[in-house]
Amino acid sequence: MNRVLFPIALLLAFGVMKLPAERALAAQRRQMDATEIAGPGLRGRVGQLGFTAALSGFRAVVADYLFIQAHVAWERTEWGRLLFLFRQVTTLQPHVPLFWEMGAWHMAWNASAAAMSDASQPRAALRVKAQREYFALGKDFLERGVQNNPDSAELWEALARLYHDKLNDHEHASECYAKAASLPGAHSYDRRFSAYELSYCEGRERDAYEKLRALYDEGAKGRPPTLIRRLMFLEEKLGVPPEQRVSD
Amino acid sequence: MSRIIAIASNTFTGLTRQKVFYILLIFAIALIASSIFLARFSFQQEFQILKDVSFGTMSIFSSLLAIVATAGLIAQDVEDRTVYTILAKPVPRFEYLLGKFLGLLALLAVSLIVMGALFAIVLYAREQVLLGETARRMNTAPRELVDDALNQIRAAGLSSGVLLGVIVIFIKAALLAALTLFVSTFATTNIFTIAVMIAIYFIGHLESVAREYWLTQQTTGWFAKTFLAIVALIFPDLQAFNVVDAVVAGVAVPMVLFAKLSVLGIFYVAIYWLAATFVFCGKEL
Repeated sequence: MNRVLFPIALLLAFGVMKLPAERALAAQRRQMDATEIAGPGLRGRVGQLGFTAALSGFRAVVADYLFIQAHVAWERTEWGRLLFLFRQVTTLQPHVPLFWEMGAWHMAWNASAAAMSDASQPRAALRVKAQREYFALGKDFLERGVQNNPDSAELWEALARLYHDKLNDHEHASECYAKAASLPGAHSYDRRFSAYELSYCEGRERDAYEKLRALYDEGAKGRPPTLIRRLMFLEEKLGVPPEQRVSD
Repeated sequence: MSRIIAIASNTFTGLTRQKVFYILLIFAIALIASSIFLARFSFQQEFQILKDVSFGTMSIFSSLLAIVATAGLIAQDVEDRTVYTILAKPVPRFEYLLGKFLGLLALLAVSLIVMGALFAIVLYAREQVLLGETARRMNTAPRELVDDALNQIRAAGLSSGVLLGVIVIFIKAALLAALTLFVSTFATTNIFTIAVMIAIYFIGHLESVAREYWLTQQTTGWFAKTFLAIVALIFPDLQAFNVVDAVVAGVAVPMVLFAKLSVLGIFYVAIYWLAATFVFCGKEL
């Protein structure tokens, strides 16, 4: 009898002891990971098989498999399937900025372009509507991406690009580039691009000028031709005295 | 001590003769094949998938090796009657079991070291190729852009997180091996041990869900509560050892978390081994 009871008692006693440690570890992981992967919504989004695999320690591999499937869907221009797959991939791996960025790029750049040249839709207004919907989907990917990865300079930069290229919203583009520039791993040009974008905003020219001038004053390394051209344009617009202007 | 070492080295040699290292060959082929296939993606995609696939393969191979090799550890000796020869000598049963277990851990360690080294070599080689190609293609671009591009490749490539990931996979495999040893001490066949362990593998990954439901949900009935409590108390939380996903995603895993995880893993191993020893010592062979 003891042979059965002792191991069970040992396991139960250890179980009681390990509970606080396990809970503390889980809390610390949640803080680091900020994802409740086993949440009730996951099963509906990734299907039975994906759910089981995700909970068996193969979340990353399942996400990669779906990512490759998404790549195939892109080659076949199956935009609906592509969106569905990228939603699954980002649900499984919300802390991989690459997946958010790729999902947004496919929606806002590829699917939107395909929608505009869709020969099966003769009405231009509906093609434009579809294109805008894809822009919004791309924006949604990036916004959720930065929510999950607030320290990812590449995602903030991608969001800035989307505001600039697709939505013509220079003010938000400038803010996103500025945010990217403040993060570790940012590109050296993010700060400059933030100032460029600001220079296109009505009523923000003075701010833009000061930022560009500060970059110019940092030395020859911070004086690419575009920066000098934008500075000269702003000097003209703001009526900066000739003695304070930059030389070409 | 020398008796334990002798049994451990014999176990290691015996397992090696069962050609378990063929698993490494499959790993190498999978790794090299995927790295060739992935060349069509961008370098971030390539490195991401390469790391995920490698860690995933390492995790599944080491878990499988731990379960399958341990399941046959005692049963094989009983079948070959080696166990009678050993235990007829002045070798206490706990020393026999410890030696067997250490031999198996050595096998797991060697397998993971080889797989980890292979992975690091492939990743480093791809990183160097990409660095060379990028520098060549961008030779007319401004210096700051070239530096940015090269730094991005280095950041996505080989890092110290790889070693951390391999260590966590080893701890998880050791835990599974100890638990399998415990199950095998009262199981009658290998198949039973493996089947039970596969079930435990899945339950273990859901243990954290059961634990949280048990401790936080007030509305669950007593039957469900008792069931959840048993799951939470008896089974290990295997999900806790899946920090590898975070390592690949580039999330900095704090050393404190890593240390706590290691200590918890060692405790799991010790308790399951103790339980296995207790059952084995009282068993009629």
